[in-house]
Order: sequence, then C-alpha cells, then structure tokens
Amino acid sequence: MAVRVQREDFDLGAETAALEAGAGAVVTFTGIVRGGDVSAMTLEHYPGMTEAALAEIEAEARTRWPLSGATIIHRVGRLLPGERIMMVAAASAHRQAAFEAAEFLMDYLKTRAPFWKKEETGAGARWVDARETDESAARRWAAKG
Amino acid sequence: MKVLYFAWLRERIGESAEEVSAEGLETVADLVAHLRARGPRYEAAFEAPEAVRVAVDQKVRDWDAPLKGAGEVAFFPPMTGG
Repeated sequence: MAVRVQREDFDLGAETAALEAGAGAVVTFTGIVRGGDVSAMTLEHYPGMTEAALAEIEAEARTRWPLSGATIIHRVGRLLPGERIMMVAAASAHRQAAFEAAEFLMDYLKTRAPFWKKEETGAGARWVDARETDESAARRWAAKG
Repeated sequence: MKVLYFAWLRERIGESAEEVSAEGLETVADLVAHLRARGPRYEAAFEAPEAVRVAVDQKVRDWDAPLKGAGEVAFFPPMTGG
C-alpha cells in the first residue's frame, strides 16, 4: 500500500511492476496535463490533510475489494502539457476487482482529496472549477454501499 | 485557532494562514461571519458561500460544525485533483 504526494515525476513501469507479486491483475490510471489552450498547470494541496484523505480512500477501497496492493501518487507544483499529474493502481487476483477499485480510487480522489488546479492560458490564469459529473461519479459508489 | 486558506480563497484574502481567536465563535458559520466583517478582501473570498468548503482539523465539515476544541480550520473551493 502506498500513498505519495510529491513534486517529482514517478516511474509508472516500476510502480506497476511493484504490484505484480501476488496479483493476478494490475489496473493503472495515469492523469496527464492536456495541451490545447493550457500552457501550464499548477497543483496546490493541503499538506497533512491530503495524505490522510488519500490513505482513507485507499483503505476504503480495500474494504470493498480483495486487493493485493494499491498505489496512489499525486504530483504538486507547476506542470507542463504532456507531464504526468498522478496515477492510481489497483492489484487483485482478478481483473474485475482491479478495474473497479482503480475507478473507485480515481472517483474518490477527484472529489475528496484536497488538491486544486490552476491553469495558465494565453488569456491569463484560472482556477479549474469542480465538475458536477465528478461528484455524481463519486456518489454512485456510495449508492453501492 | 489556526485558519488556513487555499486556492482562490488564499489569493483573494492575501494570506495562506493566520491565527484567529475562537472566543465567542460557536460554529464555522460564526467564524465566516466574523471574517467577512474584517473587510473587502474577506468579503470577496466568502461572497459565494456555496462555493466554499471547510475542513475542521483536516476533516470536511458543514458550516454548522462546532468549533469547540478545534485547532485548525481550513477554507477552500471544491477539490479538483486527479
């Protein structure tokens, strides 16, 4: 089990490989800074609460699925288009649990971990608004108990 | 108690953290009213209360949450990580 908040990049291959022992399936998700009109993105967070919230999300996933391992890594600071922002990975004996747990980790992370994104564009900088679709994506897991 | 501000609340208020006396403040809503009375920067930060979230001792709470015993209160917009 690993939860990390860091400025530096991470090695997706190494993180995935580290979950293979004892697993039958590993599912990973990587978030990347989109280009388009965004020239850079700065991620701010709430030190202390962030790590606690991520650990809580991971622990919740473990109560719902039989996971042999899980990893959440989220970067903070200023990132450029094409750079990795974050990853989640879930490992289990079978693919369904790994897929579902990875999606759960993402949905909960987006709405319950204290990170905020600010985008720089040609027209200036703007804080990214929370999306109602993210909140409803997280809520459907609550409905499943 | 320590009061923290993140993202655009921090920018509008111009501070990331400050000490605020909890005397006479029973709930988060009382604290917000107290802060808003401080002037235009705070008024601007809290002008749309529905857009502001609060954590008391690093747990997300509602605005009617009690402040008794709280060491740290943080205000921030809805989270946008991932």
